[in-house]
Amino acid sequence: MEHLNTELAELKQKLLTMASHAEAAVNEAVRALVDRNYELAIKVNNNDNVIDQLELEVDDMAIHLLSKAPLAGDLRFVMVAMKISTNLERVGDEATKIAKRARDLSEEPPVKISVDLPRMATLALGMLKASLDTFVNRDAAAARAVIPRDKEVDALNKAINNDLADYMVAHPDTVKRCLHLITASKSLERIADHAKNVAEEVVYLCEAQDIRHAGKIGPTTT
Amino acid sequence: MQSVTCACAVLVLLPLVLVFYHLVKLGFGSINLGFFTQLPKPVGESGGGMANAIVGTFVLLGQAAAIGVPVGVLGGIYLSEYGSKRLNWWIRFAADILNGVPSITWGIVVYGFLVARELTVFGHVWFHRGFSALAGGVVLGLMMIPLVMRTTEEVLQLVPGGYREAALALGIAKWKTIVQIVLRTALKGIVTGVLLALARIAGETAPLLFTAFGNRFWNHSLTEPIAALPLQIFNYAISPYDDWHRQAWAGALVLLGLVLLVNIGVRFLTRDRFKRNV
Amino acid sequence: MSTAANHSNLALTARNLCVFFGQHQVLKNVSLDIAARSVTAIIGPSGCGKSTFLRALNRMHELVPEARMTGEIRLFGDDIYARHIEPVIVRRRVGMVFQKSNPFPTMSIAENVTVGLRLNGIRDRNILVERTEQSLRMSALWDEVKDRLNAPAISLSGGQQQRLCIARALAVQPEVLLMDEPASALDPLATSKIEDLVQELKKDYTIVIVTHNMQQAARVSDQTAFFYLGELVEFGPTSKIFTSPAQKRTEDYVTGRFG
Repeated sequence: MEHLNTELAELKQKLLTMASHAEAAVNEAVRALVDRNYELAIKVNNNDNVIDQLELEVDDMAIHLLSKAPLAGDLRFVMVAMKISTNLERVGDEATKIAKRARDLSEEPPVKISVDLPRMATLALGMLKASLDTFVNRDAAAARAVIPRDKEVDALNKAINNDLADYMVAHPDTVKRCLHLITASKSLERIADHAKNVAEEVVYLCEAQDIRHAGKIGPTTT
Repeated sequence: MQSVTCACAVLVLLPLVLVFYHLVKLGFGSINLGFFTQLPKPVGESGGGMANAIVGTFVLLGQAAAIGVPVGVLGGIYLSEYGSKRLNWWIRFAADILNGVPSITWGIVVYGFLVARELTVFGHVWFHRGFSALAGGVVLGLMMIPLVMRTTEEVLQLVPGGYREAALALGIAKWKTIVQIVLRTALKGIVTGVLLALARIAGETAPLLFTAFGNRFWNHSLTEPIAALPLQIFNYAISPYDDWHRQAWAGALVLLGLVLLVNIGVRFLTRDRFKRNV
Repeated sequence: MSTAANHSNLALTARNLCVFFGQHQVLKNVSLDIAARSVTAIIGPSGCGKSTFLRALNRMHELVPEARMTGEIRLFGDDIYARHIEPVIVRRRVGMVFQKSNPFPTMSIAENVTVGLRLNGIRDRNILVERTEQSLRMSALWDEVKDRLNAPAISLSGGQQQRLCIARALAVQPEVLLMDEPASALDPLATSKIEDLVQELKKDYTIVIVTHNMQQAARVSDQTAFFYLGELVEFGPTSKIFTSPAQKRTEDYVTGRFG
């Protein structure tokens, strides 16, 4: 089974590479937004294709591994790897969206309202990093701990939306710029969702328990 | 390598061919209808045949088979399918030794029991004193037993264990499995072993010297001496008469032909046939 | 380690089964329940006792000299090792198919199918003819051989011979069918026919199949038992054993890390 072990390790490595690219993309996109850095925004936009390419490679490796009929833990690992790669690719896309908003905003004068986008970004990035760590460490308990953090991000998103909405009503000339900020906030909220998904997949990998959509359907055990 | 082995194969066939040629050359001329139908003529008269010797050989082989086949085959079945390891080892050992006992020794033993004196059991006389066809049959039968037993056992061992297992797994009793499955599968091999043994003892002369003894006339009862081909050949061959020598050659040819015929016949009878109904 | 079956009927139950060959203990305290009309797979590395366990279910292990057992096995509630029970009776209720197909060479196809019936005293021609067709249909062989029932059984291909052996076992109408690696000597196409057959048969029979091919166990069985060194390590629904086994030894075996 040696070659199978090697291929599983390679899959994991590729996934982690993809993860580091995704994290970096989000990091840089948020910085471009906050610092109004045009060049950085362009760079993030251009680097998205790296993440897309990695998704193709990860899925290709996964299919190849499935044809060897892995079982039990190995089988769950391959399934989870495919799901995580999808989530990471979407994270990359959201980072690109933030970068595009940053690019547009940097070409216009700043808006006078202060919204707590940096804090939201920290929370979302924190969730992403934490969930990827639990994947590396196969720590189901830590993964379960990541999941409820999504609520805080959702709350922040809502608050930011409300603040910006009120501001837009009061200052109609800032509508375009406020809409950019709302979009950026939504992207950060989506990034937190994807981090939560990754954590749920890690729980499945470690404990064979599918805890997705809990609260709507209830957890199922395999 | 191939030429050496080829030469050796030819060398093996050579004696067979030479013997056959010799027998045909020297004996064929004396084979006529009279040979098969007439009794030996008295000394001095020419002509006559070995009709009684031919029939006698068949009678003796029949008796030998009646003793040797059941005991040998059943013994072989026991060795192969039943028995404990230790007991079987001793039985095989004994059989192998008996297979090596010189035939004249067999003759002497049976002579001692059945010919040299009366055999009385619980006051009843079973065997009168004297040479008899029965004694000849008994000695040949006894010689057959260890032979048939060992070949039967070996042939049964060649039947793959899978067949026994499959039959037992169907809920078929062990003895039925042995008879209907194992024996049926090994039948050709067992028959071959039996007829090989018969062919071997058909030519035994020494034991018959003490038991069947030979007879210049027809045998009318199993308690009387009986003629047999090997005995007749022996007597004629060591005689001083040329006519008898020629008849000895003819007898040898007939004996060989007999053995060949039996071989071919049984092969034909045990060929594969599958036209049976459910 | 045993789990209660979903069916109300338990075909076979083993309790504290130990099997010894002389001094050597081959099975250690095995207890499990096999549900009726289900397929149970038995997996494990070589020498783990899975074949011995299978054979204990129809008392075939007794063919080995110095074999003895302790514990209990019940077939639909009947103790098959009770004093008054003959092994022959058990084997008519629990049939067996072997790894190497072994149709009797001196018999035709039809004769092979009915041999179990004929040698157990059933001579009625009508019954024999009917059972022949029925058994051959059940083992998916009827269409291939219906025109040559009197041909020698050994003229069939390997896969067909194995299906013939299955028909032969089914003809005696057992309640349980044991299969000892039935497809391991067959090519993939023949193997897949046997696997389809097992799925069909489970509607009427309880099947226990020993296999060293885990994908086959995953495809074919409802429950799987993992044996190791004579012990039953884990027993449960097949999907669970192969996606998330509870025992580490099971996980290691199933993912190929040993054995």
